Amino acid sequence: MKAEVISWTGQSVERVEDAALLTGRGRFIDDLGTRPGTLHAAILRSPHAHADILSIETGAAAVLPGVVAIVTGRDLAKLTTPMVAGLKVAAENWPMAVERVRYVGEPIAIAVAQSRYLAEDALDAIEVAYRPLKAVVDPVTSMGEGAPVLHEKAGANLVSDRRFRYGEPEAAFAAARTVSVSIAYPRNTGSPMETFGVIADYDPHEDVYDILANFQGPFSIHTVLARALKVPGNRLRLRMPPESGGSFGVKQGVAPYAVLIGVAARIAGRPVKWIEDRLEHLGAAVAATNRVTTLKAAVSAEGRISALDWDQIEDCGAYPRAPEPATLYRMHGNMTGAYDIRHVAMRNRVVLTNKAPTGLVRGFGGPQVYFALERLMQRIAVELQLDPLDVIRRNLVPAGAFPYRTATGALYDSGNYQAAVEQAVAGRLAALEKRRDEARAAGKRYGIGFAAAVEPSVSNMGYITTVLTAEERRKAGPKNGAQATATVSIDPIGSVSVHVASTPQGQGHRTVLAQVVADIFGLPHREIRVVADLDTGKDAWSIASGNYSSRFAAAVAGAAHLAATRLRDKLALIAADQLKAEPKQIGFAAGAVFAKGNPGKTIPFGRIAALCHWSPALLPDGVDQTIRETAFWTPPQLGAPSESDEINSSLCHGFIFDMAGVEVDPASGRARIDRYVTMHDCGRVLHPGMVEGQIRGGFAQALGATFYEELAYAEDGAFLTGTFADYLLPTATETPDIEILHIETPSPFTPLGAKGVGEGNCMSTPVCLANAIADALGASEINLPLTPAKLAALAAGPEQAQPSTTRATVSVARPGDRSLRGEGEARVAAAPEAIWAMLLDVDTLASIIPGCHGVQKLSDTHFKADVTLGVGPVKGRYKAEIELSDLDEPRAATLTGSVSGALGTGGGSGRVTLTPDSAGGTVIGYAYEAAVGGKVAAIGGRLLDGAAKAIIGQFFAALARRAAPSKPGFFARVFGRRA
Amino acid sequence: MPRLSAAIRHRIGFKLNGKPVSVEAEPRLLATDALRHGLGATGTHVGCEHGVCGACTILIDGAPARACLTLAVQLEGREVTTVEGLAPAPDRLSVLQAAFRRHHALQCGFCTAGILISLEAFLREQPKPSEQELREVVGGHLCRCTGYTPIIAAALEAAALLRRQPQVLAAESIDV
Repeated sequence: MKAEVISWTGQSVERVEDAALLTGRGRFIDDLGTRPGTLHAAILRSPHAHADILSIETGAAAVLPGVVAIVTGRDLAKLTTPMVAGLKVAAENWPMAVERVRYVGEPIAIAVAQSRYLAEDALDAIEVAYRPLKAVVDPVTSMGEGAPVLHEKAGANLVSDRRFRYGEPEAAFAAARTVSVSIAYPRNTGSPMETFGVIADYDPHEDVYDILANFQGPFSIHTVLARALKVPGNRLRLRMPPESGGSFGVKQGVAPYAVLIGVAARIAGRPVKWIEDRLEHLGAAVAATNRVTTLKAAVSAEGRISALDWDQIEDCGAYPRAPEPATLYRMHGNMTGAYDIRHVAMRNRVVLTNKAPTGLVRGFGGPQVYFALERLMQRIAVELQLDPLDVIRRNLVPAGAFPYRTATGALYDSGNYQAAVEQAVAGRLAALEKRRDEARAAGKRYGIGFAAAVEPSVSNMGYITTVLTAEERRKAGPKNGAQATATVSIDPIGSVSVHVASTPQGQGHRTVLAQVVADIFGLPHREIRVVADLDTGKDAWSIASGNYSSRFAAAVAGAAHLAATRLRDKLALIAADQLKAEPKQIGFAAGAVFAKGNPGKTIPFGRIAALCHWSPALLPDGVDQTIRETAFWTPPQLGAPSESDEINSSLCHGFIFDMAGVEVDPASGRARIDRYVTMHDCGRVLHPGMVEGQIRGGFAQALGATFYEELAYAEDGAFLTGTFADYLLPTATETPDIEILHIETPSPFTPLGAKGVGEGNCMSTPVCLANAIADALGASEINLPLTPAKLAALAAGPEQAQPSTTRATVSVARPGDRSLRGEGEARVAAAPEAIWAMLLDVDTLASIIPGCHGVQKLSDTHFKADVTLGVGPVKGRYKAEIELSDLDEPRAATLTGSVSGALGTGGGSGRVTLTPDSAGGTVIGYAYEAAVGGKVAAIGGRLLDGAAKAIIGQFFAALARRAAPSKPGFFARVFGRRA
Repeated sequence: MPRLSAAIRHRIGFKLNGKPVSVEAEPRLLATDALRHGLGATGTHVGCEHGVCGACTILIDGAPARACLTLAVQLEGREVTTVEGLAPAPDRLSVLQAAFRRHHALQCGFCTAGILISLEAFLREQPKPSEQELREVVGGHLCRCTGYTPIIAAALEAAALLRRQPQVLAAESIDV
């Protein structure tokens, strides 16, 4: 039943959320009060990409002031079980390392103390002994012979290998020309401005975990958490704060920390709070998968594609953490994009590597798929010498074909792709071509790019089971649907409240729901009060609850519409009874209930709405109550995968067509976006301002993915992008204005005709810009991010275009590593024998090693030290080990050492010589060679060399002062020169 | 300023949004933690704690500063303005805040406090800003939701309104 009067929905009303957020009254997790006595957690993380944990010494940390508990992986393992994964693999998903670390940043131990500062102090006092293992970061290398195996029980790093076949792809390829692309899509992330936060408490008598977290769903993860914590679902109360500072999928990754902090609270016996910092977030929160794709098309001379052959190698990092490998399967029904292609072959492999585990990130599988598919469309045009837009046009799903069933099983609900494309290009393309021609005539490198994409939304909770074989699925039981829920209630004075399980992170759900529900009851939208913070202990929810797969407008707003309509229809029966009219005559508008065609018969809305509270005896027959209505809604179109692996992976399928003009400066490698047009069909638009906000925000994130963002690792697994100075997000100066266009083909499958719109530009924009750049530079192989260096290399010529993406061979130079070499000498006013004794004395060393917190003597020639070193902007604490060998007392010795810390590792050796000078002093000569890896290595050679010189200089200056303390102003000239 | 000892807490006094406040702080306590957890002024947000994202931007004696790179003890005797101090009254919005709401210049609102503070300071210095100047100012902040364009539009409109009728508009009412 449709509401009679629709007035608020579709308007860009001001958001009810904004006033609080603009005045500093937002209630984000770190803004909320906690119970008195709440403790604070800090997490010690692995500096190694792959290592066995030999021991963890917590004694010194545990006795520090304010420290209440130190929790290690072993403590965790006693109280929990590994987290259940989507893949049936013998790889244990612990949220904290138990015996082995498998990525840099993996939790090792939790310090729980009276303040965060004290907890961080405690981390410094925890001693972990590691046995480093060989690490692997490249997914192709990881599948190969001789790669170190991450999970020995799993046997190999290749944990899933499935082949799919739809139609007759072999015949199609045999009969046509083949065009192919190879892509290595990098890792990036949504990087919300608010990091993760968890506040947990445990009641030992009821065995209940009460966990407040800025989690975003899907709440299928609630079942994973309850099982990990070894409690039934009704004993894990998961609550969300009223506000969450962005998520973009990423806050699904709070889940493992709910387990960690829950267990910490249980062990500490008090509530525990943890707020993630940015280094933790970039290094270990959630990354989108990096993927190596080879995509082939069977194509006619006119550019009509008859078949696709996908080969996708998905890198899920160190643990196949639920809901992975969902990134790989989310698009399964849409692997033919916006095109009518009936034959598809596909091979999907999932590989583990020594990198942080992956998960939900805006676009979720779409960027990886469309980058390959739309690069392929452009390559077809280039190789067949066709117009790229014509290649797109010739393959689009016909306008009259909806609902359209794709070869791989999706049911595209509605659309008119041709109309959308033609409206977007009308006038604009000619203008763009003119700008291109003028730029090129002036000697500039200017290109035009296109991308067409189908944007899926409202995920089928069963799509992930496509990773299993039909037989495995039969055994596990079918999974499908996408339960959305909303509750509408009326209080005793007739005011209306709405509650949803949508956990918004800034999207404005409360405003839109007020509009939708207001229209049903004929009330002003400001009179509807919406609450969107979820409490699984009290509120209606199901596994699909949460904010992901752009499901709000289509599913949640639809469920609210449904619940409100049910209540409204019951109120109409009451009003009909009171007004002595037919129920179908009853209307709701302007705060009143009336009988149509009879203006005399009008009752204030509040009177009818409140009746059920005050005089339930007056309810007409057949009306049970009008106090509260909870609707659950799941679309029948979302079935389980078929026997032949067809899957309708999402309910709604919006359409995007993007067009860009980009100029590249070949000297600087700077790309300038001259024009960007993005056409959307997201069905019925509920709030134009918010839809525009989603498009602009998605575009900006896509811009980052295109040019700046990569979660980078060195080949030894060191993580290189742990700050916003390394992981670059676009700012206002880099983000151009764009032109946004719409057509509306309402979805016949959703209550309001709306579809999702939140992720589309993350899918379409990177490849649209890449296509424009390929056109500008005549490049064939393009991989993201398109940094200035990469663009300058592409501009320099096709011969240097790109390294091969088959990446089977390991490059000679380790990109993250820096080699340092140096030599120098220092003069000290003491005899060689005295110097020699000082260099072997623990106390002396402790006082002269720069930043040293203490030296421990393991043997006469073996020392361990704890030092704080600053290199450029990066200051960190390191453990150092130094061994002396080739001793030639008191003339020379070889020092071999290594350092490791959260910010990186280093190792090297040097020869020190002591030569007496004529004045009774000693000339100390030294030569060293060292290599550093990890974060510090990313700083750059110049700073590193400078820092090495400075640190060595400080060491000898301190040695000189110590050797001759009685001589104030003593000449201690310290110098070094680079080799 | 007395010599500080790492081991003890010092009582720090300063003016926060026009009112005298005091808070106990170890020398290492960050200004963000003192404001948020010591004084309950949670409108100033912490996004990176290394001075890049700008969410924690506050005014110290009228000049924008990253509170995450400031020690609490450095606030001694200063005049500090945070986002809580921008609106003319608890139930009203400033001209700039109202323009943000009209233009949908915020979504999650986490970065917004810092951007409002930077723009507040800049518009005082430059009442007739160009779009490019505003992009440079907002370029000192990271926003992951909006794509920045609505923020620039809101700032341009607020600047124009403030030029026209600064007194009347300063008292613009909030109608929620």
